[in-house]
Amino acid sequence: MAEVEETLKRIQSQKGVQGIIIINAEGIPIKSTLDNSSTVQYAGLLHQLVMKTRSTVRDLDPQNDLTFLRVRSKKNEIMIAPDKDYFLIVIQNPSD
Amino acid sequence: MRKYYISFCKDEDDGTEMGDGTDEWMQRKTLIKPPDQLDLTEAELKEEFTRILTANNPHAPENIVRYSFKELLYQRTGSIDQLATHFMLEGNLLHQDSDEARRQKARQGYPEGMVVLLLLLLFVFPQQAEVEEVMEEGGSEDRSDSVQHKGGKPEQKQTNQFNFIERGSKTLNNPLRQMGCQTEPPPRANFSATANQWVIYDAYVEELQKQENNKEKQRASMKKEEGKSKKKTMLSDDITKFRKVTKIVERMVIQNTFDDIAQDFKYFEDASDEFRQQEGTLLPLWKFQYDKVKGLAVTSLCWNQRYKDLFGVGLGSYDFTKQGHGMLLFYSLKNSTFPEYFYTTSSGIMCLDIHPNLSHLVAVGFYNGCVAVYNLKEKSIQPLYTSTAMSGMLTQPVWQVKWQKDDMDNNHNFFSVSSDGRVVSWTLVKNEMVFTDIVKLAVGDSVTGGLEGLQLPNPACGTSFDFHKEVDYLFLVGTEEGKIYKCSKAYSSQFLDTYDGHHMAVDAVRWNHFHPKVFISCSADWTIKIWDHTVRTPMFTFDLNSAVGDVAWSPYSSTVFAAVTTDGKVHVFDLNINKYEAICHQPVVAKKTKLTHIEFHPVYPIIIVGDDRGCVTSLKLSPNLRKKPKEKKRQELPEGPEVEIAKMEKLLNLLQDPDNSSLG
Repeated sequence: MAEVEETLKRIQSQKGVQGIIIINAEGIPIKSTLDNSSTVQYAGLLHQLVMKTRSTVRDLDPQNDLTFLRVRSKKNEIMIAPDKDYFLIVIQNPSD
Repeated sequence: MRKYYISFCKDEDDGTEMGDGTDEWMQRKTLIKPPDQLDLTEAELKEEFTRILTANNPHAPENIVRYSFKELLYQRTGSIDQLATHFMLEGNLLHQDSDEARRQKARQGYPEGMVVLLLLLLFVFPQQAEVEEVMEEGGSEDRSDSVQHKGGKPEQKQTNQFNFIERGSKTLNNPLRQMGCQTEPPPRANFSATANQWVIYDAYVEELQKQENNKEKQRASMKKEEGKSKKKTMLSDDITKFRKVTKIVERMVIQNTFDDIAQDFKYFEDASDEFRQQEGTLLPLWKFQYDKVKGLAVTSLCWNQRYKDLFGVGLGSYDFTKQGHGMLLFYSLKNSTFPEYFYTTSSGIMCLDIHPNLSHLVAVGFYNGCVAVYNLKEKSIQPLYTSTAMSGMLTQPVWQVKWQKDDMDNNHNFFSVSSDGRVVSWTLVKNEMVFTDIVKLAVGDSVTGGLEGLQLPNPACGTSFDFHKEVDYLFLVGTEEGKIYKCSKAYSSQFLDTYDGHHMAVDAVRWNHFHPKVFISCSADWTIKIWDHTVRTPMFTFDLNSAVGDVAWSPYSSTVFAAVTTDGKVHVFDLNINKYEAICHQPVVAKKTKLTHIEFHPVYPIIIVGDDRGCVTSLKLSPNLRKKPKEKKRQELPEGPEVEIAKMEKLLNLLQDPDNSSLG
């Protein structure tokens, strides 16, 4: 448990990382380093995106599964790593 | 008119005069034309109009349209009834042969008789008896009205139309009650899902697993308990589930942060190498540092054969006076900020080796003479096996360990060499390590059997060893005195050969990956020497102006090797290009940092160097440093170790010829 906490701390301390959000399978945020409104917004929107992506990947080959998803935009990059019951979202600005 | 009228009345009284009067009235009739009458011409008046008399009813409708529900459209009724009824009267005459008439006749026969009797009785005997009879008759009449009881009556008597009494009676009606009952509706929930291909697949997989679990439960009950305990540990902490996911995300974030390095690692090729024919450069890539290892020096490096991005770092101290704890770290190239695995040890680690096949087994040699085997798959920080004072712990630091092939019992075993002059083989048997002395090193060239008991030969301190790549039993040992011994596993006390290599301790000996005869050695006396094991003198000698910490052959070419020195430089040699000088020497770390070890990556063109600050730097080799031989321009580049061997042979031959010529 401490290991995971440490890892999360390290991620947060990497340069350019704006926030980390952990959401459960229903899209409800469990843990977040951002403010409430942003968290809720990110959680709601990204949850749908990940479900859709996962469905696509698995539809093409049911033995396959989504490992991670990166969405790179002009201002930052959103990285999502899904698990069976949780999603971990990290927002980073790589050029900082 | 008046006059005329009166005459008319008079005419009424007299019949004959009436006729005349009518004639007069008729004669005096004047035609009165209505004002809107049509004026027709004579011809038109004479026109004849034919009138046909038909049987059609002029009042009957001509077209009746009815909606048919069978065909669902409006349909015209075909033939229309043309019958027009002007007058109808229902009569009450019956034909005497009809059923009804017959019935009436039958009935009339009886009451006729009764009526006759009644009349007779009434007139002749007006007494009570008569009345009784009448009553009786009346009663019987009544009875006959209701029920046919007298035999001989063929038909039931119908209701008497004249003397009929209808009497109704009302039964007791039960009071009506309405009772309803309402059940509780079953709980309902709305459910919607999409049946994708993967949902179906998942369902099947789950079903399969359930079946398998059932089978296992049936087999053993012991396994059930173990399974339960495992499940308990898994559910205990929610956040431990994140471990894998956080790892992935961390790597993603780091990939972004160190994006340029990752790109360089994969794709960068120094273009300026085309201009420098004889030289190459080293491009610094990642730097691996860990806070807790400050003060420790990197004492050994080892790449993992199976997972190409994982390598192990052993940390300890070369300083005799400062001996403290040690650390074993495993880094991945994907994450340069934090090690994947780390273990703290009580004594400094001097050497490590990762098993070539089972990449989770790591053999470690300590400064205090212990050896241990760690299992990376287990999360405990304790090693799997440790050698203790009882099980043959060496008294001197263990300088090198190397895994060997599994022995005949399929037990893993590894060799170690230490300063007390023993080369020991350790076998992992079940839960413990069993050691066997292989060779005892001595100062003298050979130790005869007879002298063993009398003289205690001074043990030479082995500092490094290496096993031949192909010939399993052959190995080389380098010592602190500078001698290199060629030994065999079969002979425990005798060496096959001795080479007077260096003046100071031999830091590393390595066989060439391709050529079976060539090996290289480096020492603190600032030199690197390349040998052919059949010849007692070195083939090549290189002086590097500084103590050489480590030397390594490259895995891709038989003529390229690299060395690190204590002045912080890396020297890369390619004998094919330049037999006398390094084609690259480059300071890699800050001044005053000594480089201690170097390792080539088996696949990628990178090297890792460890220094005495506990930091590992990775460098990319520029193309000049990794040249492969070109046979002819038109032929394809030949692959394979044979070419490498041939290359080396050529060099050796060249060397031997001038030697021979010089001798001769």
